Amino acid sequence: MPRVALFVTCLVDMFRPSVGFATIKLLEEAGCTVEVPEAQTCCGQPAWNSGDRATAAKIAQDVIRAFEGYDYVVAPSGSCTGTIVKDYPQMVEEAWVPRAEALAAKTHEITSFLTDVLGITSVAADVPRLATYHDSCSGLRTLRVKEQPRALLASAGITVREMEEAEVCCGFGGTFCVKYPDISTSMVGDKVRNATETGAEMLLAGDLGCLMNMAGKASREGRGIEVRHVVEVLAGMTDTPAIGEGK
Amino acid sequence: MSLDNPTTPQFKANARQALANENLQSALRGARNGFVNGRAAARAKLGPDEFDALRDAGRDLKNHVLANLGDYLEAYEAKVTASGGHVHWAETAEDARAIVLDICEQAGAKTVNKGKTMISEECGINDHLAAHGIKPVETDLGEYIIQLRGEHPSHIIAPAVHVTVPEVRDAFMEAHPHLDAERDLSGLDTLLAEARGELRAKYFEAEVGITGANMLIAETGQSIIVTNEGNGDLSQSLPKVHIVMASIEKIVPTMEDAGTVLRILARSATGQDMSVYTTLSAGPRRAEDPDGPEEYHVVLLDNGRSNMLGTEFQDMLRCIRCGACINHCPVYQTVGGHAYGWVYPGPMGSVLTPSLIGVEEGGQLPNASTFCGRCEDVCPMRIPLPKMMRHWREREFEKKLTPGATRWGLGVWAWFARRPALYRLGTRMGMAALRVMGRGRGKLASVPLAGGWTGSRDMPAPQGDTFMAQYKRAQR
Repeated sequence: MPRVALFVTCLVDMFRPSVGFATIKLLEEAGCTVEVPEAQTCCGQPAWNSGDRATAAKIAQDVIRAFEGYDYVVAPSGSCTGTIVKDYPQMVEEAWVPRAEALAAKTHEITSFLTDVLGITSVAADVPRLATYHDSCSGLRTLRVKEQPRALLASAGITVREMEEAEVCCGFGGTFCVKYPDISTSMVGDKVRNATETGAEMLLAGDLGCLMNMAGKASREGRGIEVRHVVEVLAGMTDTPAIGEGK
Repeated sequence: MSLDNPTTPQFKANARQALANENLQSALRGARNGFVNGRAAARAKLGPDEFDALRDAGRDLKNHVLANLGDYLEAYEAKVTASGGHVHWAETAEDARAIVLDICEQAGAKTVNKGKTMISEECGINDHLAAHGIKPVETDLGEYIIQLRGEHPSHIIAPAVHVTVPEVRDAFMEAHPHLDAERDLSGLDTLLAEARGELRAKYFEAEVGITGANMLIAETGQSIIVTNEGNGDLSQSLPKVHIVMASIEKIVPTMEDAGTVLRILARSATGQDMSVYTTLSAGPRRAEDPDGPEEYHVVLLDNGRSNMLGTEFQDMLRCIRCGACINHCPVYQTVGGHAYGWVYPGPMGSVLTPSLIGVEEGGQLPNASTFCGRCEDVCPMRIPLPKMMRHWREREFEKKLTPGATRWGLGVWAWFARRPALYRLGTRMGMAALRVMGRGRGKLASVPLAGGWTGSRDMPAPQGDTFMAQYKRAQR
């Protein structure tokens, strides 16, 4: 049984633990042993993207130290996975490059891990509903995650109706959304309108940053669309209130 | 905006104005998917594998050129000189202005026709000529429209993309008072026909024609321009003096190499297999030529580019100015080109502008990106644009240009992020506070110090205790 470390991501840890538990459930159903290294905090992307190389390198090295002993590292996020996979080898101090590359080689986004690595084609959940899917940028363009979540969703009975400009950024962009709130707001307004116009009941994606941005905008505009992380649906855990909804 | 006083430092204010400008927003919405769909169709038609192989070839070609730039430029100069032309080296925009003015004055020019050239924009040629009593006439339809409106281009290949059709009609009504006031100017065809008619006479008046160059060929001394209106041909072949304005990185070794770039250029830009006109010029008219200019000048502009060689920004010099990154940029699509405050907008502008006007002035631009990566995905020269924007952020951080509050916030966050136990405590307390504020509604309409978020969006409330705390409890 592969020993998998869950990189839960800072946003899931703080705002939506159910995504972490859903990821564990999917991994265990797929026959993995899941562990959650206690030393994890964040992948370091905020420092890296703010130009603070030295801090980013230190955080990356902390993550490598905490996670390199496992067979695989899996995260419910294309963005954090992308940072570990594509950026760590450039981010760390020179002596750490081989260890960064070794970690990068065994780190995967959850839907990609289930399909591309484990070869899973269906999940146990049965959720016969209509959804639309936002391809978060890092997952799509850094990791080429596009068909993987759709294939798994289809196996769970979900019909995905594609929105206009499904591959266009939602305007989250980490600190971008608060540094440039006017531009970010306009972008997420377009995104939520495109999603709603499909007539789908649910808006799904694989990154909590994008999801909180879209859910926050949909909620402010009273769009009435249920916003969820894809793993919640795949794990059949849709009894929790959707993102931004109360009990 | 003036070229000498970029409004780039006011990018945020510019963006706000752009978002509030209904005409601009309508024009941007109208233009949003045309080029995007065009490129996608061109890629599909050629075959994605061949298209991407061309991108590899383009990248390798340009890398080779940049590694041997001096040699190719000298070879090019020798060829141009041998054909009877003149090559002028302009280290700065100011040098280029002086060279162009001097040539125009020597030619006794009263009118100068312009094919589309962004290098002329970068050097502020139009204002400089006008200040010396010489009238520049833009002959590209888009450039003509914005010249009438007293504006600068908002896009490097579609300079008037920010203008709506009714606004063009208004500009033409005012600029062409000798035409029937009741004429029909409701469609693009009629507008194009009118501009063509007006410009036709002007082609014969000009003493000098200025064009840009998509490429310069070292092997032959030729320059290439691509246009869709044929205006470049008339601008360069009818006047008795032809000036080519080009930046140094436009050089390619051979005609075959130019062919590689041409195969990917229009497909990336507009989705055409080729632009309608691909025009080569190679020096002044020879004795046996039926037409052509008597004098042929090439102004080669550096303006900071050679300083990029050997730095983390060298890859930017592969750019062939197709505009694909701009067309696909969600930030550009939201605010348009003028908000960027200088000559080059979108992702390519966000990397190039700090290089050319300094990071102190241009530093806003590389920050105004979500790093969505669409630009790099469509770049025909495979320029890693987000990576280079991040390099600018690094330079800003090193120079302490990053705002103090951001640096402080990062510092505090990083201190906790490197101390997991304290981080756990801090996140638990923070999330508990947010939950209290959310009062079970699942969201917060406002959060202190997070107005950038909650001004226009609700903040989803934390579900419960942190994952790490819940997981630990479940393990016991």
